[in-house]
Amino acid sequence: MFDVVAKGFRDVRNRFEGKREITEENIDGALKDIRMAMLEADVNFRIAKGFIERVKETALGEIVRVKAKAGEKVEVTPGDHFIRICHDELEKLLGPVDTSIMYSNPRLGPTKIMMVGLQGSGKTTTTGKLAKYLKEREGKKPLLVGADVYRPAAIEQLRVLAKRIDVPVHAREGGDPVEVCRESLKIAEEKGCDVILFDTAGRLAVDDVLMDELEMIVQQTKPENIFLVADAMIGQDAVNTAKEFNARLEVDGFIMTKLDGDARGGAALSIKEVTGKPIKFIGLGEDLDALEEFRPEGLANRILGFGDVMGLMDRF
Amino acid sequence: AKTRGGFIGRLSGLFSGEQLPADMVDEVEEILFTADIGPRVAQAIMNAVEKGLSGDEKQDPARIWGFIREYCSDLLKSHEAPLLLDDHKPFVMLVVGVNGAGKTTTIGKLASKLTAQGKKVLLVAGDTYRAGAVDQLAVWADRTHIPIHQGDDDADPSSVLFSGIERGVEEDFDVVICDTSGRLQTNVNLMDELAKMARVAGKALDGAPHETMLVLDANTGQNAILQAQKFNEAVEITGISLTKLDGTARGGVILGICDQLEAPMRYIGIGESVEDLRAFEADDFVDALFM
Ligand SMILES: Nc1nc2c(ncn2[C@@H]2O[C@H](COP(=O)(O)OP(=O)(O)OP(=O)(O)O)[C@@H](O)[C@H]2O)c(=O)[nH]1
Ligand SMILES: Nc1nc2c(ncn2[C@@H]2O[C@H](COP(=O)(O)OP(=O)(O)OP(=O)(O)O)[C@@H](O)[C@H]2O)c(=O)[nH]1
Ligand SMILES: [Mg+2]
Ligand SMILES: [Mg+2]
Repeated sequence: MFDVVAKGFRDVRNRFEGKREITEENIDGALKDIRMAMLEADVNFRIAKGFIERVKETALGEIVRVKAKAGEKVEVTPGDHFIRICHDELEKLLGPVDTSIMYSNPRLGPTKIMMVGLQGSGKTTTTGKLAKYLKEREGKKPLLVGADVYRPAAIEQLRVLAKRIDVPVHAREGGDPVEVCRESLKIAEEKGCDVILFDTAGRLAVDDVLMDELEMIVQQTKPENIFLVADAMIGQDAVNTAKEFNARLEVDGFIMTKLDGDARGGAALSIKEVTGKPIKFIGLGEDLDALEEFRPEGLANRILGFGDVMGLMDRF
Repeated sequence: AKTRGGFIGRLSGLFSGEQLPADMVDEVEEILFTADIGPRVAQAIMNAVEKGLSGDEKQDPARIWGFIREYCSDLLKSHEAPLLLDDHKPFVMLVVGVNGAGKTTTIGKLASKLTAQGKKVLLVAGDTYRAGAVDQLAVWADRTHIPIHQGDDDADPSSVLFSGIERGVEEDFDVVICDTSGRLQTNVNLMDELAKMARVAGKALDGAPHETMLVLDANTGQNAILQAQKFNEAVEITGISLTKLDGTARGGVILGICDQLEAPMRYIGIGESVEDLRAFEADDFVDALFM
């Protein structure tokens, strides 16, 4: 894995070997490397194209001479500088950072958080993780709602997770998901819960019937937070999925799961670009502790294949 | 070492002097990438176009696409191999893959398909880790009236597999399908656990598992290639199934996997219901890829 990461960096750097400045000629090859790295990281190819154009513009507009007097050590090479430009541009695209959760006015009832996304993306697990996070770090009292009545044993899965973190569940096998979510508003108040998390069934964005169902749940419960849960391994189709879920539901942010593997997670950039919504959290494992607030630095390096080299360039 | 260099660069170089319209270059590029074919295979395809078509043919979009289709379909077909269930009794299948790929669902559908073909099938609940995983397989077993073998609570997955396969032998089953918990290929401990499961299967029945099927989600991008490589290193993959092709994702990354693995494509998943499993057909797949 380290090889993959280090390679993107090395290639780009080598392009500038022996060069003293960034010029139009030596930049072209480096841009091709960056494009390749982005496509291999599953950044949508159009978005990669736009990115390359912007980096080129910035780099050319900012042709930097390296002050390398004879005998003095060169601290910053054009290669490093170019890498910095790419990294900063990408970090800009992944930001601004907003990992906030929108809370309701407690007098008006509990805060609602709704998880939506494709099948198997990690919604149920993330529901458990987020409930644990809210309970332990924010002192909240969560209620989990099993709005997935389709997947075999989905409710059982949610119950097991709820038990591990000792929070209540509202669910009814064979119930209507819209009903179940609506009922939960009252049940939360009865149980003294101040946050409700809806675990909805996985669905494809092209499934009209199931997308209508989500719209109904939103209409009836008015969640303050709708989070699209996306798998870090997702490819080019992330753009369609994100666009469609956002068009239907106006999501508030997304959560990227399974970043504990070696997926480069380029789809995060695509989702961010097409929805304009922030990444809220990232999932880093199957355990209920494996949730972190999103920070763009690491992901930018990961997508570009630069590894952890930015730290080496802090003197900039 | 001329495998690198931008795709556009290669493409425009390739057609230079032959006046391929720029919009054709864009179109080819857009379609290949949208299908998750990935930069490396895309480049290999264009190299093949370069070598395989004459200057005149390169002016004709229909000819170019015809060539690309054939190239992809040949690549997939070169891996075709039948699943010979009758060669072993019971025939033991181990189903593996990353988290949420669709293993358990594919098992449910496949068990039903094989039962309809007259096979006596046993399901083994080898995912003892994920919350609700055993119950999920049990619902599928119930739905399809197929027996399921479960271990005790907190049982080690290898021991469940061992006793499940033993039961398969004793009770004269034709096919034993073993579910495993999802794991990311980078998790060394879990990959070792999987290798152990395969070894233990061989102890329960000589030659088992007879098929180790990797399940991939069609929504997955280039990471699927690493999945295929690392799972193959841990437990020699002998077949691949691709799920969730009922959405807009194309699953083109399997072309890149064909470059690296011998294993043939087995089934595709096209929905969450029991009937939503089809045998893989290279030509149909390639048609959908470039739709
Ligand atoms: N390694 C890893 N696995 C994860 C992560 N998040 C979820 N998973 C696993 O991914 C698989 C699917 O997770 P679920 O929470 O069931 O996904 P879901 O979106 O609820 O699935 P459906 O309800 O079927 O649509 C399970 O095996 C989880 O344990 C993560 O951050 N890292
Ligand atoms: N639309 C669609 N959904 C599918 C298909 N195959 C599986 N799914 C769904 O994908 C989700 C995950 O499927 P599972 O069978 O639980 O996946 P798994 O690989 O066993 O997951 P883990 O055991 O948690 O690693 C479920 O919601 C399934 O219903 C398919 O072909 N099409
Ligand atoms: Mg779920
Ligand atoms: Mg499973």
